Amino acid sequence: MKAATDLPPVGRHAGQPARRHLLSVADLGADGIEEVLRVTDSFVEVSGRAIPKVPALRGKTVVSLFFEDSTRTRLSFETAARRLSADVMTFSAASSSVNKGESLRDTVETIEAMGIDGVVVRHAGSGVPWQVARWLRQAAVINGGDGWHEHPTQALLDCYTITRMLAGAPAHEGGPGSLAGVRIAIVGDIRHSRVARSDVLAFSALGAHVTLVAPPTLLPPSLAGWPVEVSHDLDAVLPTLDVVYLLRLQQERMREALLPSLREYTATYGLTSTRARLLPDDALIMHPGPVNRGVEIAAEVADQPSSVITRQVANGVAVRMAVLYLLLGSGVDLAA
Amino acid sequence: MPPEPSRPDPALRRQRPATTSRQHTGVRRRPPTVLIHGGTLVDPTGTRPGDVLIQDGVIVSAGNRVESAPAGTVVLDAGGCVVAPGLVDLHTHLREPGREEAETVETGSRAAALGGYTAVVAMPNTEPAIDSAAVVRQVLELGRDALCDVAVAGSITVGREGTRLAPLAEMAALGVKLFTDDGSGVQDARLMRRALEYASSLGVTLAQHCEDSSLAAGGHMHEGEWSSRLGIPGQPAEAEELMVMRDLALCRLTGTPVHFLHLSTARSVAMVRGAKASGLPVTAEATPHHLCLTDACVAGYDTVFKVNPPLRSAEDAAAIRAGLADGTIDAIATDHAPHAKEAKEAPFDQAPPGMIGLETALGVALSELDLPIERVVALLSWKPAAIAGLAEHGRPITAGIPANLCVIDPEMEWTVDPARMASRSRNTPFAGRTLRGRVRHTVLAGEPVVVNGQAQR
Repeated sequence: MKAATDLPPVGRHAGQPARRHLLSVADLGADGIEEVLRVTDSFVEVSGRAIPKVPALRGKTVVSLFFEDSTRTRLSFETAARRLSADVMTFSAASSSVNKGESLRDTVETIEAMGIDGVVVRHAGSGVPWQVARWLRQAAVINGGDGWHEHPTQALLDCYTITRMLAGAPAHEGGPGSLAGVRIAIVGDIRHSRVARSDVLAFSALGAHVTLVAPPTLLPPSLAGWPVEVSHDLDAVLPTLDVVYLLRLQQERMREALLPSLREYTATYGLTSTRARLLPDDALIMHPGPVNRGVEIAAEVADQPSSVITRQVANGVAVRMAVLYLLLGSGVDLAA
Repeated sequence: MPPEPSRPDPALRRQRPATTSRQHTGVRRRPPTVLIHGGTLVDPTGTRPGDVLIQDGVIVSAGNRVESAPAGTVVLDAGGCVVAPGLVDLHTHLREPGREEAETVETGSRAAALGGYTAVVAMPNTEPAIDSAAVVRQVLELGRDALCDVAVAGSITVGREGTRLAPLAEMAALGVKLFTDDGSGVQDARLMRRALEYASSLGVTLAQHCEDSSLAAGGHMHEGEWSSRLGIPGQPAEAEELMVMRDLALCRLTGTPVHFLHLSTARSVAMVRGAKASGLPVTAEATPHHLCLTDACVAGYDTVFKVNPPLRSAEDAAAIRAGLADGTIDAIATDHAPHAKEAKEAPFDQAPPGMIGLETALGVALSELDLPIERVVALLSWKPAAIAGLAEHGRPITAGIPANLCVIDPEMEWTVDPARMASRSRNTPFAGRTLRGRVRHTVLAGEPVVVNGQAQR
């Protein structure tokens, strides 16, 4: 494996098509995902050093354009960019002229005029990164989470976490970047979850068998074309799993008549201590955070050894370093 | 002001309320003598070759070849073209008053004329809403010098708020023939029943934007496979169908005509088909976009494809075409809904719904419908004219009727370029498409307002 410091020199070469984005997991395909995971290994190594920093993106400017509060994703991206020696600008809606009536397009064009190389876009509206990518002339766009739609770097860090944790485990049939034969259940509010949409695309691209477990009101209206199975019986699914992936349940869902109460949700779909014992011993417990302890997952389950929730966060920085590096630094097309 | 020769006697005009801006004011430029030469006449009576000679805004001869016209006659070449009654749009948002950054009566009427329209019905969801005689008069006044006749639809309820009846009789006395809360449906069934009962003595038609607002709430596109994949909250087809079903029941209860605006689902078409077969006095329209575009268009999150009712499935679009072919749907109406560029450059869930359509409707209909041009023109001209109650439009092309005509080149291929449109807004979903069939000339009360595809003022 190539060490990060040996990576090819960085810079936008004359004539190089500079426009590459990461908008959807579907842009990558299995090969693209596996490439990100391979490069991530290098940056995990970098992150373990005493001075976890490489000059790969020196002179590059990355903007985190967050129209929606998300401290953890923003910090993860900004940390990743800084560890690559990029300059980082932070834009958050609360402190911007968005509140003064500036249009989304004006905001985006103003920021690009400052001379930037990459933009991480987070927005509560599905599709905004696609619009931003159409409006920008030069900079690469990374989808940092759009509405209910996608959160591709979350899916990549989830794939990284699962593949590396399961490496060598008996259930794991494929190579280092494969999830062939791995059984994963995504549990909870699939309907409103960008994490679920990206994870379904990524897990299935890598060969995993994905089951969605949720009450019908928290599933999308149509699952046509989704490579998944659906269950409403978590107890029946748990013993078959290699990975159980729990989604955060937003409190507002009760107001929309999607659920009678949190209590009933926890009783039927929460990973309680009792239910967690139905999992095989080596099964992983995952969650994209922030965790509602006592709702979708019991506090003691979140803290038990098979829970890799904090591992996901740690891997997040290395995965985002890989994405930034591949988009802004190497000249290698992620989607190729 | 002396009465125009082409106008009816002023006393008569007082008896019969004006239905459009021009009649309301009676003000006209004196139009030139016009000869439309070398075309094929298509009207409710059939198809035949013939020239049309127009003097003082009125057709003086039609059908025969005119070999010599008086000196100074404006000759419009109609070689290879269809000469038809001017098109009539039942569903135009002119945005004035209140949203002049998106469209004005002037720019909207210019777009209409370029699209072959000689009359449009201005929808009442302006700011303020057209819910009183005062606002009706204001819009009629704005339409006085427009490039097409501007008829006005009044709102059914005060402020389109769905709680109290608007003064329907007061507006009807000014010539308003169509009432709707378009933009939303009247949610309260009891109120809608009363509106229909009250309207039954006025000789007007109530038109419904069918959408059950509680079921559609928060939806920004058609609910289905695409909305699920794209993570955009959807509104199900049933939100429209529930109100179609309810209003068919209310039509049966009251016996008052109901016009269904912009039908978009296969089951809505089927219900209207059944209602017509059982003799209910219902009419329906569909838009050019619903007959050929689908929810898959939203895949790139381009807000130009956001519209209400939303673009539906391919099966729904096919059902709209079938409904137009078998007469279930009476008319093609544009739902021309201009929005300023800035408004559409918002996140998909924040952008306003709506598409412009006046300049492309004919080309889309001719390109996408597998119907002879006579049928297409009927759907765009005399059928909607009858629903709108516009006596001076959609008439057979014969001597003595007002010269509201359009000349269509059915074979001309052209590419839709938003930058070249006359509308103040650019939100066409057909940008870059090549359409077959375009308007060559439009004549409004004898005045050539569009000549060779160019607006004359």
